[in-house]
Amino acid sequence: MLNTIYRLVAPRRFEAEFSDISLKDDNIIVRPTHLSICNADQRYYQGKRAPEVLKKKLPMALIHEGIGDVLYDPRGEYKPGQSVAMVPNTPVEKDDVIAENYLRSSKFRASGFDGFMQDSVAIGRDRLVLLPAGINKRVAAFTELVSVSYHTINRFDVRAHRRRDRIGVWGDGNLAFITALLLKKRMPDSQVLIFGKNDYKMADFVFADATYDITDIPPELRVDHAFECVGTEASGIAINQIIDFINPEGTIAIMGVSENPVPLNTRMILEKGLNVFGSSRSGVQDFRDTIQLYNSNKDVEEYLESIIGETITVRSIADMNRAFDADIRKSGGKTVMVWEK
Amino acid sequence: MIFGAVLAGGKGTRMGNVDKPKQFLTIGGKPIIVHTVEKFVMNDKFEKVIVLCPEQWISYTKDLFRKYLPDGSRVEVIQGGAVRNETIMNAIRYVEENYGLDEDTIMVTHDAVRPFVTHRIIEENIEKAQQGVICDTVIPATDTIVESRDGAVISAIPDRKFYYQGQTPQSFRAAAFKQLYQELTEEEREVLTDAAKVFVMKGEKVTLVQGETFNIKVTYPYDLQLAETLLGGEKKC
Repeated sequence: MLNTIYRLVAPRRFEAEFSDISLKDDNIIVRPTHLSICNADQRYYQGKRAPEVLKKKLPMALIHEGIGDVLYDPRGEYKPGQSVAMVPNTPVEKDDVIAENYLRSSKFRASGFDGFMQDSVAIGRDRLVLLPAGINKRVAAFTELVSVSYHTINRFDVRAHRRRDRIGVWGDGNLAFITALLLKKRMPDSQVLIFGKNDYKMADFVFADATYDITDIPPELRVDHAFECVGTEASGIAINQIIDFINPEGTIAIMGVSENPVPLNTRMILEKGLNVFGSSRSGVQDFRDTIQLYNSNKDVEEYLESIIGETITVRSIADMNRAFDADIRKSGGKTVMVWEK
Repeated sequence: MIFGAVLAGGKGTRMGNVDKPKQFLTIGGKPIIVHTVEKFVMNDKFEKVIVLCPEQWISYTKDLFRKYLPDGSRVEVIQGGAVRNETIMNAIRYVEENYGLDEDTIMVTHDAVRPFVTHRIIEENIEKAQQGVICDTVIPATDTIVESRDGAVISAIPDRKFYYQGQTPQSFRAAAFKQLYQELTEEEREVLTDAAKVFVMKGEKVTLVQGETFNIKVTYPYDLQLAETLLGGEKKC
């Protein structure tokens, strides 16, 4: 079947390109319905990646956060019209030790190959997770981002020592909001403290136990563990501040992406015996667990809906630009595209 | 019930020195008609996708679908008519004989040689037809339209912003088309070569569905080259 793919061919320029999808493969054909814009997409859209990276990766369809409706399953296991979350991580090998999202051979949508801005997406059946009836689809659109937090908290859980009275979350953006919310749900006995720079953004973290301005943290305050959700070069400043305010033998989860290397206070990491670990992306089990979390905690969906900044219906290439430009202008929150192209 | 009618009646007379009707030529190694029918089969709202082609090509078309389609059970290949509207009438007769016609029987008619039609275009056609609205898929005209009554001198240059280029699908209630078509005189049938035109001429409201510039009709050898080029991009999907 001839498929239309809306690829970014140069910064800020989408064009329709075409490929043939074989209906005789085992892939399932999914019609995207709700797509969510991530900062990683914006870095391509705005041409903020290094020129050699842009040259290598473009043209490429953006978007790795999205859901859709099944159009066709050659085996008939999925029925037409069933709503599914699409997992962007695409492993090509199995490993008993290394998680699918850390295998260097794995491909990732809208990074190594086409993302979800397509008429129809041909996707492996192991890359789909069925969505429950009645789920808020605008929230489900960014299940991938939520699953990244879920995945990091899993990794934190097996690494961090058992004293978890106070967990700090550095950052006041979407990732910080989601990570803090999931921490509060999954570790209800812990206090979750937010460290950000925008009071108006932190005001939305109503479920947190306290919020602090990073320029005005009480000097005596300490956390047992921390999550860095800042990203960019500022993540270095955040991690060094965490190192100052964390108790010995604490665990620091690094989640924010920086284009450039950042200097860290390794002396204090050593002196305090800190456990610093990185985390990136997620796998299909993290998606399943995240959707299960939505099922068992209905208020999570409500909290997550509150961070949707704009919902834009996309019926033309001009609408795609409108959605990405609106996403740049926003002060916070997620931009969701209702995909009617 | 909703039926797709893929019109493959053409014998390729405009296609230059090719011996096959143009719908059987290949793009990306697959016959154009297969690409087109795949788009319809992919939409589970269609009860049946009826493919209408010249009598001598029916077996060949069936063989193609057997070869390329994973499940051809929702596809029916039948004989088309001498002209476009006769072909549509054949589809309607098939539906009437096998399913009966009622007010909710909808036909989404499409050129077999427009394989780049999108899911959205088909969905919008179905949606409008289900609301009882007749629709035609179009794109705004980009070239200036020049009218010449004698083929030598311009008689008018209408304002382009009011003009569109017709594509397909065209969608409507089958029973309504049948009734209007039966009322046409032989002369009217000669002139009214297209379903939307029948409705318009009979005073029915026909609404527009936004098409796509790339929803091209593969008519000339140039179109075939263009279609190949469109598909020639690096395969990443």
